[in-house]
Amino acid sequence: MTVAAVSIESEILAALDTVTDPELDQPITELGFVRSVSVDDSGVTVHLRLPTAFCSPNFAYLMASDTQDALRPVPDIGEVRVLLDDHHDSDKINAGLAADSGYLGTFGSEAQESLDELRRTFLCKAHTAAMERCVSAMIRQNRVGASEIHLLTLRDLPEGREKAALLRRRFALGVSVCPNGRVVVDEVGRPLVAEDVPMRLRFARSVRISMEGNGHFCRGLLATRYDDEGGGVHDVMQFTNTRTRNP
Amino acid sequence: MYEKDGNSYFIVDGHVHIWDARASNLKNIHGKQFIDCFYDYHRNLSPEEVVWDYDLYTYYGGERLMRDLFAEGYVDHAIFQATLLSDFYVNGFGQTEEAFGLAQKHPDKLTYNHAYDPRNGEGGLAQLRRDADRMKLQGVKLYTAEWHGDSRGYKLDDPWSRRYLEECINLGIKNIHVHKGPTIRPLDRDAFDVADVDKVATDYLELNFIVEHCGLPRLEDFCWIATQESNVYGGLAVAIPFIHTRPRYFAQVIGELLYWIGEDKILFASDYALWTPKWLIERFVDFQIPEDMTEYAPITVEAKRKILGLNAASLYDIDVPAALRLATPTQDTVQVAAGAKEAVPL
Repeated sequence: MTVAAVSIESEILAALDTVTDPELDQPITELGFVRSVSVDDSGVTVHLRLPTAFCSPNFAYLMASDTQDALRPVPDIGEVRVLLDDHHDSDKINAGLAADSGYLGTFGSEAQESLDELRRTFLCKAHTAAMERCVSAMIRQNRVGASEIHLLTLRDLPEGREKAALLRRRFALGVSVCPNGRVVVDEVGRPLVAEDVPMRLRFARSVRISMEGNGHFCRGLLATRYDDEGGGVHDVMQFTNTRTRNP
Repeated sequence: MYEKDGNSYFIVDGHVHIWDARASNLKNIHGKQFIDCFYDYHRNLSPEEVVWDYDLYTYYGGERLMRDLFAEGYVDHAIFQATLLSDFYVNGFGQTEEAFGLAQKHPDKLTYNHAYDPRNGEGGLAQLRRDADRMKLQGVKLYTAEWHGDSRGYKLDDPWSRRYLEECINLGIKNIHVHKGPTIRPLDRDAFDVADVDKVATDYLELNFIVEHCGLPRLEDFCWIATQESNVYGGLAVAIPFIHTRPRYFAQVIGELLYWIGEDKILFASDYALWTPKWLIERFVDFQIPEDMTEYAPITVEAKRKILGLNAASLYDIDVPAALRLATPTQDTVQVAAGAKEAVPL
């Protein structure tokens, strides 16, 4: 098997694309949260930035440590240094990341357990919103009758971005992605009976609107804070490569 | 009062401040980060012609407030919400004495709500009794994310918080404004989680809980608990400026709120000086749900009158001129919204 020559730049960017803001369910690269990436002979340094100095420190930590985890498996990357800029907990989080202290080691007495439950809460929200988008599209296009929504299967959904997003969320939650699986399910993947569907969808709409609204806030505040209104987020990220050695 | 197209609106601004974030009052870097964050909200969401310069934004004083609210801003009555932030500012962020003094001078126009911190224990309870007596408090504003020594916040259903809420009932303080913000410990949980509001609202039916910013960024969780509780209200501060930058998103937010919690439980607020009330009121009165959003019913003039002032007037016993009241008062007979009637546990 031959290995295609992939540049270290594109491998790093691809790894960063896999890191999402758990609250917004969007990649940090698209959100403009990656301020700079610099590669040198010793490794890679990534600076992250957030919309406000008071963004929740637990989410800030999750994104920073996910960034570290996503970069480490990149072949021949060297040392991975991730730094969070301009946050009220920057010092604490950066020290914790550098020392690989983990979440509990980083925050000490301010934390009790792991962030797994927090992560799951927001994964559930992301799944609920993705499900609502798929079902609403089917209803809008008259592809499903009101009384048959509970019978919709994944097979019935047209291929595309929305279906792909739903499948990713289901996989992450451990919910079946079998084409015969029902689309409208609860948080643990159980299909709903017909009479419970309207309420589930109505609430799901609120979840979607809330998440989308948070995205508006975050993008707007980030652009204002760093004065990069007008520029696309990819133009804002600085990528420098001063590496002299070849892998 | 605001008049448009033959309709008159009594205006209560449910959330205003006098703050001091000048360099001389900063205790540490976090005070600077906090006001910078506020200023970014202000710049990002205000129409260009009403954006202030930074220096004015850090301190504007009582005279300017009176002008922006009452002379130019159509407001009939405004409610100060205290935000102490003593760990960030030498003399606190919200200026207690200046705001309280102004409210004493203009009791027909201003109500002062104070704050407490249940982490101050017995001493804080005694202080609350003294404050309630001196300030004749009808309401308090709680900022659960406030730092306090090693603590980065608390929950409303913590044991000490319950003692303070019970003391509020004894003291006749009936309106509890709650602001959810980030950095709450332990950090394993979602700092914006409104579940603690649900618990105390169930237990203390004598109190009204006004969740500021209608629970944003957890609108759906707020709507959900508000359908379960008759004494939970939503303040529109922070949500309403979207009427300018993202009107379609605002339509969805107000549409969701009207569906889940109903027009009797939504309160207008500018969060002055985060935003000035004049343009918010003008835009809200002109606002309508876009026609293609058939999932939401249009907002009636009556609903706008309640949201802009009559709901808050009812909570604070503010006298509304007869001509500005609704033909059939709905006060004290709050109806459950459409969403609540059919709500079933998921």
